[in-house]
Amino acid sequence: MAGHDDEHLLHNEIKLLGVLGWVEYRLPIFNWINNAVGTNYPTPKNVNYFWNFGSLAGIALVIQILTGIVLAAHYVPTADGAFASVERIMRDVNYGWLFRYAHANGASLFFAVVYIHLFRNLYYGSYKYPRELLWWLGLIMLILMITTAFMGYVLPWGQMSYWGATVITNLFGAMPIIGDELLLWLWGGFTVGEVLLRGFYSLHYLLAFVIAGLAIVHIWALHQHRSNNPLGIDIKGPQDILPFHPYFTVKDLFGFGIYLIVFALLVFYAPNMLGEPDNYIPADPLQTPAHIVPEWYLLPFYAILRAVPDKLGGVIALALALLVLFAVPWLDTSKVRSARFRPIYKQLFWIFLADVLILGWVGGSPPEGMFITIGQLATVYYFVHFLVLLPIVGKLESPTPLPDSIATAVLEENKRKKARKLPQVGVAPSASHGASSGGGH
Amino acid sequence: MSLPVAVLGRNRAFVGSGLGVPMTAEPKGDDGSRRDFLYIATGAFSTVGAAVATWPFIDQMNPAADVLAVASLEVDISDIQPGHALTVKWRGKPVFIRRRTPDEIQAARAVNLGDLRDPQRDEDRAQKPEWLIVVGICTHLGCIPLGVKDSDPKGDFGGYFCPCHGSHYDSSARVRKGPAPRNLEVPGYEFLSPTLVKIG
Repeated sequence: MAGHDDEHLLHNEIKLLGVLGWVEYRLPIFNWINNAVGTNYPTPKNVNYFWNFGSLAGIALVIQILTGIVLAAHYVPTADGAFASVERIMRDVNYGWLFRYAHANGASLFFAVVYIHLFRNLYYGSYKYPRELLWWLGLIMLILMITTAFMGYVLPWGQMSYWGATVITNLFGAMPIIGDELLLWLWGGFTVGEVLLRGFYSLHYLLAFVIAGLAIVHIWALHQHRSNNPLGIDIKGPQDILPFHPYFTVKDLFGFGIYLIVFALLVFYAPNMLGEPDNYIPADPLQTPAHIVPEWYLLPFYAILRAVPDKLGGVIALALALLVLFAVPWLDTSKVRSARFRPIYKQLFWIFLADVLILGWVGGSPPEGMFITIGQLATVYYFVHFLVLLPIVGKLESPTPLPDSIATAVLEENKRKKARKLPQVGVAPSASHGASSGGGH
Repeated sequence: MSLPVAVLGRNRAFVGSGLGVPMTAEPKGDDGSRRDFLYIATGAFSTVGAAVATWPFIDQMNPAADVLAVASLEVDISDIQPGHALTVKWRGKPVFIRRRTPDEIQAARAVNLGDLRDPQRDEDRAQKPEWLIVVGICTHLGCIPLGVKDSDPKGDFGGYFCPCHGSHYDSSARVRKGPAPRNLEVPGYEFLSPTLVKIG
């Protein structure tokens, strides 16, 4: 939607008197907030629950920062003290167990939310013109999240921390010519040790705030062309939108409530379900655990790394698996955004999702027997999807007709729903009942 | 609560056209009170939830279990000669253990309580007259008074002297002069044997 029509979508500017008016005249912060997440931000009225995951990711980040600040206050970033200080947090610090379990499981849920957010984009084509930069900012945040999570996982200095750090930093040793020198530089020594631990601690803390800053830029870019929607068509006028507040603040809060229930179930009833028991063994530079695996949210990438039977090749495949996502707005040649109107791409989407899940399963299994073959096939398909299928299908596929506008599509859907409902209910609802039940749609 | 209702009211036209449901009247009667109830219940639940979630953030700063576990200290006092003192570290703070001479005890007990800024009998400050055990932190602004070492100045009253702002303590470690408001604190302690004292 071009910017010049936007002024006519809503007229909910805030007028303030007194002290607030004095502030607003000098720093228009109240209208700034109102324009961003208030009554003056137009949102497509048809966005479904998949549009909750952006705000959920923001909330997950806030939870990580708040619990992380507390943990940092009790943590000791030394090779001798790290493991013991984490155990002290678990046993002695008041509610320390809660903060650590909330931080560790919060990271898992953060990734779950962000992955759903990302696949929402892939399904509804949200990355397409004019939201390519918005998509890029999200991908940069994802890469920073992966980096931050990996560094955070090293901090408890258990066996998985230590050997995870060893394996991942050794990836840089695959670099031709300078690999060995690069490793010395990275480690600040001849192996993973305290210098690296302290560096990771410093960066782990810093990157959380870099992500927070990028999130604000991400929202800025989002608001330039507004949210996409399940139909993937542009906002054409006031009939297509609803003000963000109260309609979507309430909806986001509801989603947050559901999120907190899942979060609480994990933290209070299965806090170690997603973790590796080996990380409760202190780091031992003389013994590698039998089975090294990263946390579940990195398993697909780990599978791609292992699929290539060459040190440098594996690293390149891993990097390309992330980098190819940046090219998706151009690899996808279809003019239609939403998979709802793309019969072939819709199927490819689900096949691709299954492929990523298979990669995750392979990544968590030992690298032997059939897992090697399955991992290699799934890796090939991962790249074929983006580099071959996406460009070709966009050209060959004939999309089903798009609705004229969001409003007409919503009205038609409502009519269909009513037509389905009426014969079952048997009685036409009165006007007042209709009004109250209408809120439930 | 009035704000969201007002906003809903203002944008009723959007609701009507959006859901294909005519909303002709302001929600009233049962409908209105039901909405009010939902607002109040949600608000109250969220407020209580937020307050409960705040508590761990506050409590994590309180002393941890391992800090509290080492909160008492046993000291062997057999080597301290009369007229000498020893400093030990207890809960991160200095504790002065002084073996007083008969003269010092005599001086401490002869004082008229009316002359004291923080009146306390020496009998209430020393379980055994020979041993004076106090926390070595000036009650003015937290410096450590001098007087433990033989070479230290002991102030005008033969006890402790705080070099920061010039508070003088007597041989019962009661403040006699200077800005300090109270006597040096006597920690909880007990003699496990004639030569072993447990502080805290």
